[in-house]
Amino acid sequence: MVKMSGAQALLEALKKQKVDVIFGIPGGATLSICDVLYDSEIRHILMRHEQCAAHAADGYARASGRPGICMATSGPGATNLVTGIANAYMDSSPIIALTGQVNVFSANTAYMIGRDAFQEADIMGITTPITKHNYQVKTASDIPRIVKEAFYIATTGRPGPVLIDLPKDVQTQTGEMEFTDKVEIRGYKPSTEPHPIQVKRAVELLLEAERPVILAGGGIILSNASPELLELAEFLMAPVATTFMGKGCFPESHPLSLGCIGMHGSRVANNLILEADVLLAVGTRFADRSTGTLDTFCPDAKIIHIDIDTAEIGKNVEVDIPIVADAKKALKVIHQTLTEKLKKKERSPWFNRVQEIKEQLQENVSPSEKELKPPQLLKELRKMLAEDAIVTTEVGQNQMWASLHFKVYKPRTFISSGGLGTMGFGFPAALGAKVACPEKVVVDIAGDGSFIMTEQDLATSVMENIPVTVVVLNNSMLGMVAQWQRLFYKRRYSAVKLGSVPDFVKLAEAYGAQGVRVGSFNEFSKAVKKAIKSEVTTVIDVPISPEEDVFPMVPAGKSLKEMIEEGWSMG
Amino acid sequence: MKEQIHIIAAIVEHKPGVLYSVSNMFRRRGFNIESISVGPIEQRDMARMTITVKGDEKVVEQVIKQLNKLIDVIKVSRLDPESIVTREMALIKVHCDGAKSRSDIINYANIFRARVVDVSTESLMVEITGSPDKIDAFIDLMKPFGVKEVARTGITALSRGTKSVRIEE
Repeated sequence: MVKMSGAQALLEALKKQKVDVIFGIPGGATLSICDVLYDSEIRHILMRHEQCAAHAADGYARASGRPGICMATSGPGATNLVTGIANAYMDSSPIIALTGQVNVFSANTAYMIGRDAFQEADIMGITTPITKHNYQVKTASDIPRIVKEAFYIATTGRPGPVLIDLPKDVQTQTGEMEFTDKVEIRGYKPSTEPHPIQVKRAVELLLEAERPVILAGGGIILSNASPELLELAEFLMAPVATTFMGKGCFPESHPLSLGCIGMHGSRVANNLILEADVLLAVGTRFADRSTGTLDTFCPDAKIIHIDIDTAEIGKNVEVDIPIVADAKKALKVIHQTLTEKLKKKERSPWFNRVQEIKEQLQENVSPSEKELKPPQLLKELRKMLAEDAIVTTEVGQNQMWASLHFKVYKPRTFISSGGLGTMGFGFPAALGAKVACPEKVVVDIAGDGSFIMTEQDLATSVMENIPVTVVVLNNSMLGMVAQWQRLFYKRRYSAVKLGSVPDFVKLAEAYGAQGVRVGSFNEFSKAVKKAIKSEVTTVIDVPISPEEDVFPMVPAGKSLKEMIEEGWSMG
Repeated sequence: MKEQIHIIAAIVEHKPGVLYSVSNMFRRRGFNIESISVGPIEQRDMARMTITVKGDEKVVEQVIKQLNKLIDVIKVSRLDPESIVTREMALIKVHCDGAKSRSDIINYANIFRARVVDVSTESLMVEITGSPDKIDAFIDLMKPFGVKEVARTGITALSRGTKSVRIEE
């Protein structure tokens, strides 16, 4: 037992969790915490908007595999975190959100929970549906236990955000603190070991499969199961399609890689997955953007579904063999069991068909020197970046072009807002990723519409020396909405024209960052090469045509096989 | 799949916010709660929720899985309708302004093993315990007299015999 204040206990508890950085904005209800951080080794990065603090923590977590921490004051500070927390929740990203709160108790003043005090918001109520769990601390001496539990919950099982609400008087209250390494939560016992009978059944199915396909989701990345996935795929000679969230978990240069499935999936993946007779789906929740209409999704396949979250099994797709387990452990056991029954598979007719289709549907992107087209730009960008460079994206066309044309080879090097689709995510996530991995190059593939939603944190990147590169594919439009209006609403452009403001070069310069506008592939290459070596953030403005569409595309409510291509128009 | 009533018993942490997170999960996922009753149990700091849900097999499975995901929910069990005792209690205030109707209501109450718990010049209050069907039937009988107010507790239930939903300590 040690005697200290709530704020000091928080700091000690965070240090025990090896926290090295907090992304936040201080305020009246976090003053005591900020004060103890003043002398601590924990880096407190001052962001310019709380939403960015949450996204940066998310980017930090996804790049490093360690939980990211964000902090905000009570009321508006806390509510500004909400989008970032919801984003982390949808993509199962482990972040810890610390919020200040008005007093639990107050003598002779109404500055108290439940009295509608200044800057009071019911952040517990607000975040209940978008956190894995949340805590409001009522007694300072609970802080060591609560912090320990919060980190445990955020990082085990299916990861997710946990919020700790810290009333102002609890921060200053002194208490006897007990720091233990034990965690005992009677309502939370995640199971990670695959059930042997289900594994046996899965192995039997895989042995009989003639056209197996592996569908790998974000769960592979979260459980660091890429090596096991690669081994199993090669052993079975089974092609691997990923979901958008799984992008990067399997090297996209591998002969067995099909790319992503989904609304803007690759032609190869969307076609071949439907031919599967056995689908091994790992760490995916069968999101609507991935599967297309459910009744046409893998109609001939027996489905094995591995997921750590029991509630995901059978939620969207009926499966034949459910395996509730950690992806890494399950893949390892399946591989081991297979090796007892079979030698490594050789090239099968299925493998040959996969290669044939891959060749047939190869995208013929020929560089047009005249016009800057996103697919070529992203292919160029790939060539200039090392394999371990981290790329984040915004949301919309930029993101889908990146999904289709920017090949990713390593897990945790592609970071994007999949489930919530949060515009403005990419830039602050890039800052978080750069803080987590300062030795790596970090590039945000952006659109103009998304980037202006969080551009104010250029100030953070400059003041805190977090240099990243932002490539703005600038079509002066809310491009994806415009694409849907073009295709499905007779080109009636309703509220999507952004115009050519701001001038991104001047904007960057106004913040003390570098800005450059490019008009050719040559200029683009030069600008990227310079930017990734620069010690200050660079915004590369790349004007592109406002008419550019992302193809192929599976219209909403259609089957994956009903991909539409350039030149399509609604009947 | 057929829609029917399912009874779920959940042992939860007995602390503020837990009912909110449970009911919030139902709302968010689009499940309907037919009734819910909550009360502390004999074990320390725990409460038992008896939740009745209408839906097909798939819905009730999802409900149970989603309940299990909540950190403050310690254990969830689906009760087998074939081997449980279910009870609901209701307090019913019935209009009555004459000796004839008063004795009729008391007679009905006796037949239903209900009890009169309050009397005034213009009303009677009846307490009745039983299955929801029995309570429905009694309320129907009271309608001609004029039902002024009804308070029902919702279903609570326990498995018969030695089977039980509890946390091993």
